[in-house]
Amino acid sequence: MAEQNGRKSAEDLAKKQRDISIAEFFEKNRHLLGFDNARRALMTAVKEGVDNALDACEEARILPELNIELIQLDETRFRVIMEDNGPGIIKAQLPKIFAKLLYGSKFHKLSATRGQQGIGISAAVLYGQLTTGKPATIISKTEKDKPAQQIKLKINTTTNKPDVMNEQEMEWEGKDHGTRIEIDMEGSYAKGKQSVDEYIKETAIVNPHATFIYTNPEAEQFIFPRATDVLPPEPKDIKPHPYGVELGRLIKMLELTPSKILQQFLTTEFVRVGSGTAKTICENSALLPKTRPKKVSREMAEQLYNGIKKTKIIAPPTDCINPIGAELLEKGLRKEINAEFYCSSTRPPSVYRGNPFQIEAAMAYGGEQEGDKTIRIMRFANRVPLLYQQGACGITTGIQNTAWRNYGLHQSRNSLPVGPCTVVVHMTSVWVPFTSESKEALAHYNEIIKEIKLALQECGRKLAMFVNKKKRIKDESKKRSYIEKYIPHVAAALQELIGLDEISKKKIEDDLAEILEHTRGELEEIGINNPDYDPELAKIGKEDKKDKKNDEKVEGKKENKKENKKEDKEVEDNEEIEEDNNNKSKKGQTTLM
Amino acid sequence: MAKKQNKVIEKIQDIAQDIYNTIKKIKQPELEMPIRALSNVKYSEKEGYFKIQGKVKLRTLTASTIKTFAQTLRMMGLSKSLIESEDIATKREAYYVSKNWGEARFKEQPESDTVMDDVEAMMRVNREQIGFIPEEKGGDVAGKLIVIDKDQDTGKELKIDCTKFGSGAYSVPSSVEELKFETNAKFILAIETAGMFQRLVKHNYWKKANCILISMGGVPTRACRRFIRKLADGKKLPVYVFTDGDPYGFGSIYRTLKVGSGNAAHINEFFCVPQAQFIGITPQDIIDYKLPTHPLKDVDIKKIKDLIKNDPFIIHHKPWQKALKQMAQMKVRAEQQALAKHGLNFVISDYLPKKLKDHKTWLP
Repeated sequence: MAEQNGRKSAEDLAKKQRDISIAEFFEKNRHLLGFDNARRALMTAVKEGVDNALDACEEARILPELNIELIQLDETRFRVIMEDNGPGIIKAQLPKIFAKLLYGSKFHKLSATRGQQGIGISAAVLYGQLTTGKPATIISKTEKDKPAQQIKLKINTTTNKPDVMNEQEMEWEGKDHGTRIEIDMEGSYAKGKQSVDEYIKETAIVNPHATFIYTNPEAEQFIFPRATDVLPPEPKDIKPHPYGVELGRLIKMLELTPSKILQQFLTTEFVRVGSGTAKTICENSALLPKTRPKKVSREMAEQLYNGIKKTKIIAPPTDCINPIGAELLEKGLRKEINAEFYCSSTRPPSVYRGNPFQIEAAMAYGGEQEGDKTIRIMRFANRVPLLYQQGACGITTGIQNTAWRNYGLHQSRNSLPVGPCTVVVHMTSVWVPFTSESKEALAHYNEIIKEIKLALQECGRKLAMFVNKKKRIKDESKKRSYIEKYIPHVAAALQELIGLDEISKKKIEDDLAEILEHTRGELEEIGINNPDYDPELAKIGKEDKKDKKNDEKVEGKKENKKENKKEDKEVEDNEEIEEDNNNKSKKGQTTLM
Repeated sequence: MAKKQNKVIEKIQDIAQDIYNTIKKIKQPELEMPIRALSNVKYSEKEGYFKIQGKVKLRTLTASTIKTFAQTLRMMGLSKSLIESEDIATKREAYYVSKNWGEARFKEQPESDTVMDDVEAMMRVNREQIGFIPEEKGGDVAGKLIVIDKDQDTGKELKIDCTKFGSGAYSVPSSVEELKFETNAKFILAIETAGMFQRLVKHNYWKKANCILISMGGVPTRACRRFIRKLADGKKLPVYVFTDGDPYGFGSIYRTLKVGSGNAAHINEFFCVPQAQFIGITPQDIIDYKLPTHPLKDVDIKKIKDLIKNDPFIIHHKPWQKALKQMAQMKVRAEQQALAKHGLNFVISDYLPKKLKDHKTWLP
């Protein structure tokens, strides 16, 4: 029966079972890594290079200075050049770092760095190699007096090992230390919200201690000088918290630990576990504290895993994460957006699955922002801007779940609010839970979304105060125009009733104006008052008109368009008012204080 | 007549002059007018109507009142010119005149009606005296009455015999001050619905009972109230009121006819019929005559509660409170026409003769 149905034997199947080459894997999963289209590939490559460079500089306590250049070689081919002033990389490590996937320093520790898995830059190298066949060129110099190392690298796609094509020492003049990488790759360059330009700009905004020099394929050069000489405090490594460890990881840790007994394993490999807690965990797991970790079977590991869950363990320390600071976040926003009102908030650190994290938010309202569109969202994770997959991101969910109507924005149920507003949310954590390796969207952990909402609510309350004030001003100016409208009628009626001459009538109008103005109170002007605004900076990454057509093809855009249309209907009524508002605010409004 | 009108003009001018002087002193001018609501009337048993009390509202000129303020002054101006030219305007016409006032014009007629009532109350005179007349029909009259009016062109006396309208009726004009009457009828019967009036007219009930029939058509208009009052006073006739047996018939129609309303608080003195008496349909009639009923709606029950609690007339009269409570307990109401259950002319042959004889079944 089985054979008649075409059933195949295990032997038959075995013939088809073989190693999956890394190149094949990459080809099939390029979307996971952020290389799914030509435009995004360019941005992802730059992003991976910049992340690494900033991490390296900060770890070495060097004020970063990055030089990024994109050169268009032909219609679809670009050279991506990234150079930093970091500590450099020793010769022996160069090939592995740049040409071996899943090789890195950050996967096995928990600290608030940008990189996590050791995929990024080698994926960029691989992408370049697959699309152009060319190796990547890397130059690195570690000390002033030493010569620089230059190597040309490819990845052996069958073995996932580096293939060094060319290796030589060279002089790198004018450079004490640093690393430079050049990758040729297929790509497409366009400005807009998801462009390299935008990425560099937003990175500069949240990394005020770094200098960026960026040259785009149109040979425009932008320099973002550092705004502060103070490096952010060095991110501290922490050991994992028991609550955050998955079973597989636990088994692996048990295998690798040098500890002799289970109790010691628990106290040395985890944070917040003293001997007392370790004993309780063992008790709850029905395991002896003296058990040798190497002898722990899979079943016992599962017992241990469940035992940990049953045990009350204090939350991990939170001094290992470094927020940008509400003030700096707000300042960055002031540079980018000319608004009437800014506010920001920093939440106290919190914990999800044993990982400490912290949420910061900032907001800009009114001014030159359009009032009839969904608000603009700027998302950051560990000081890295997230430009793609907005819809899939926990930050977006947090914004959608916040009741913005209370704070003066329009919002239909469970969707993004509409109004002249930009919202910035930054999450920093020792382990940012991304939904995929391309690191563009935060996973939906309840604890994280709750903190995002709390941060936004805090901003929202300040926003509501401003919006109400603005409304009062509007009502007030309406009343004033009301007065002006009807004063002549009071005078005209009096003229009719007691026969005033024109002069007395005019006099009465003036008197009435005086009486009514007198009851209105003093006038004060408000409007856009933002000396930090940097129009040159704000322009970067904005779409040129000719780019608009291209943009519509890009992922996410279409979705947004639809969303806007839906919202449009709702806000139609308010459109006029909002526009009115905007016009007024430009002129500077008057208010009653 | 001319003298009286001048008084109104004088008053309007005094108020305007006051406002002018106040503005000259750079002070906020105010318009003072009596509050027209039940809360500002008291039932005076001796005089038999809702007497206005001293509560006044001040319309102070501020940014938010300036529109109404301007409109009130404009309305006073219109009134002045109407009186001076011995002309009149209907409420609707006044509303259209306001369309000349630019930004101060009225959007809807109810706005202009309110301002007009304010001016009227401010002057403490009747609407007609400030040159405005309502469009509303005053009511229909049939029976043993001769109304003496004037020919509109010649001013010659005109006798209108209300027995000579056949199946139709004489219409009460909007202004009744100048009318005179001749009659030998024994009483006036004021009826709520046109339907019941029609039936009584068709069967010449007025002939049998020797009376004057007046159809109020719901809440009686000012003209209707004034007409009945003048007729009853002048000819010393009793007035009997016959309405539906529901809170609206008791509290709105009968009460307004007899003692006036809150809204017309300032003129109730002239527009009430203190001698009116309620003969039916009472809640007890519903039981006694086994009348077909409708269940009370929520609004009816609310109205009953409101009457018992807030209406100074009902509060003054225990029998009325008892009757209303009885109705609330029965949870039903009955229409005048429900009497047709016992035959179409039962109302003529039995109900009215019986009720008119038995004072004890009436309500005050």
